[in-house]
Amino acid sequence: MAPEVRREAETLIVELVGDWELSHALPRFGPLLENDSQAPAARAVDFDASNLGRWDSSLLTFLQQGMIHCEAHDLEFRSGNLPEDVARLLELARAVPEQETDRTSAGESYPAAMGAGGLAAWDGLVAAITFLGEVTDSFLRLVLFRLRMRWRDFWVVVQSNSSGALPIVTLISFLVGMIISFLGAVVLRRFGAGYFVSYLVGYGMLREMASLMTGIILAGRTGAAFAAELGSMKITEEIDAYRTLGISPVDHLVLPRVLGLMVTMPLLTIYAGFIGILGGMVVAIMVLDLTVTQFTGGLLAAVTLSDALLGVFKGTVFGLIIGLAGCMKGMQTGGDASAVGKAATSAVVLGITLIIGANAVIDWLAVLLNV
Amino acid sequence: MGALDVEQRGTDGRAPEETGTSPIEVRGLAMKYGPLVVMEDLNFQVRRGEIFVIMGGSGSGKSTLLKHLIGLKAPAEGSILFEGEDFFEADEEARKGILRRMGVLYQNGALWSGLTLAENVALPLEEYTDLDTRSIGEVVSLKLSLVGLRGFESFYPTEISGGMRKRAALARATALDPEVLFFDEPSSGLDPITASRLDDLILQLRDSFGTTIVIVSHDLASIFKIADRAIFLDIKEKTMTAMGSPVSLRDSPPSDEVRRFMTRSSVLGPSEDSDASRDPKAQDRRDDP
Repeated sequence: MAPEVRREAETLIVELVGDWELSHALPRFGPLLENDSQAPAARAVDFDASNLGRWDSSLLTFLQQGMIHCEAHDLEFRSGNLPEDVARLLELARAVPEQETDRTSAGESYPAAMGAGGLAAWDGLVAAITFLGEVTDSFLRLVLFRLRMRWRDFWVVVQSNSSGALPIVTLISFLVGMIISFLGAVVLRRFGAGYFVSYLVGYGMLREMASLMTGIILAGRTGAAFAAELGSMKITEEIDAYRTLGISPVDHLVLPRVLGLMVTMPLLTIYAGFIGILGGMVVAIMVLDLTVTQFTGGLLAAVTLSDALLGVFKGTVFGLIIGLAGCMKGMQTGGDASAVGKAATSAVVLGITLIIGANAVIDWLAVLLNV
Repeated sequence: MGALDVEQRGTDGRAPEETGTSPIEVRGLAMKYGPLVVMEDLNFQVRRGEIFVIMGGSGSGKSTLLKHLIGLKAPAEGSILFEGEDFFEADEEARKGILRRMGVLYQNGALWSGLTLAENVALPLEEYTDLDTRSIGEVVSLKLSLVGLRGFESFYPTEISGGMRKRAALARATALDPEVLFFDEPSSGLDPITASRLDDLILQLRDSFGTTIVIVSHDLASIFKIADRAIFLDIKEKTMTAMGSPVSLRDSPPSDEVRRFMTRSSVLGPSEDSDASRDPKAQDRRDDP
């Protein structure tokens, strides 16, 4: 397999000897020619394959290296003495020239990578703002009766996020209510104030945890589903089909989903609050020996309607956020199956992050406004 | 390669349109993905009522060109005129008007999966016409009958075969009787008999309604059967290197690449079934306008 090089006038002859198989080490082409220091300099490289045995891709790889080397060193590459099959395969390999692509090279500098990242972030921001603009435009047209929304899709979303989400919302809310109550029992009992656990459960569930936990559940359940559904539709060109018919996919696909969630989230928040309080009451009765009357009495004394309404308001905002995040990521899905998974994941991450951020902002405003 | 004089390259012998505007005119179009040039310097006109095929090897930019033609992707350079109007320069109302006059059949049908076949065909009618529900139902029934899918109105796209999906998509694409129909690889994934039926349907549409049809395809059998004219996108030259009738491109190819494409031969030599493109019936049909 080790090739030999001899010289005939201005031509270097590479002798291909024995079997060339991938199971053996592959010789490098360039170093073979480096020892040639005779004058005049060689002008061509030719091959002697008279003693060539079996061969596979290792020979072709070696010859491909040779072609590249010859191009780089201004040498003529002669394949005339190679077996016909080898020459034709080489010709096939060179038939389509190397394509210039925009793929980032491995050796890209750090500033260039930073710049590309910045541009990508800017593009993402522009896409998000454009999407929000399209949704706002659709919503305004709906309000002005200039849009025919498919209400069936709206009701499908309402149905799947009401009865469909009830079991998981029930379980999580009940457990969260119990956890808050346990926390209260441990801390408040030290000060002889175990009775006030109902305050903690009531405030905690109605103002914060009911909407937050429901939002997180729906971000994982519904936000991801929206992204996956729309992402699949993008890949199968269903969204393009809307656009080329001059029909806005936002009107038909995004608006029913977002509005559906904005309607169901507050309802689920009220339900989650009620179930959470129930869970807290069970712990209060079992651990603190409170009666139902004592617990509800404390609850009603502490919690006002504005607390419940604040939770409902948060639920509505969270529904909007989850719907928009899920639909936006779905509409921005790339072109392959793995992109659908990525879109679903990023919809959940974005949804939860925005929910928690929005919760903090609303709480801050509520404190400022004395709500 | 410099600007291509397409009519000079065309060997079909037809005179260019002299009256009225072309349904589609492409002027100096360059298509890019970021800095990557896919194709450039594309110039051609599609004549009214013809079946115009965009040919080229895999990855040559055929589908990208189609996306430009149907308004999904803006040109990097140049312009695309639809009935003399630049889609990307037009305002929203004008764009909607242009889209209203075209129909697209996507490679996999792209039927809306959440809707039945009847609802798929009905949606464009609901959007663009003031027809009542009953009338829409009747039009839907007619359109599905024309593609041989009467009785499948209540089926969802996942419940029917690939060939039926394409026919249903054709019914949707023709719901508004478009002036121009675009097809992306209509015969891909279909068996030869189903593909041939679809070809017949395309010919029937053109002959009966005078619809201008633009097809992206590399299916030679289909191209020889239905195309009036074709252009060839050359991946090496990054531009179109030929335009004319399929028979003329096969018999007098302007480049090796076109010759290899039209005769199904690779750099290793012609394949054994390359004679399939020399169907004498198809040749007769093309030679006889």
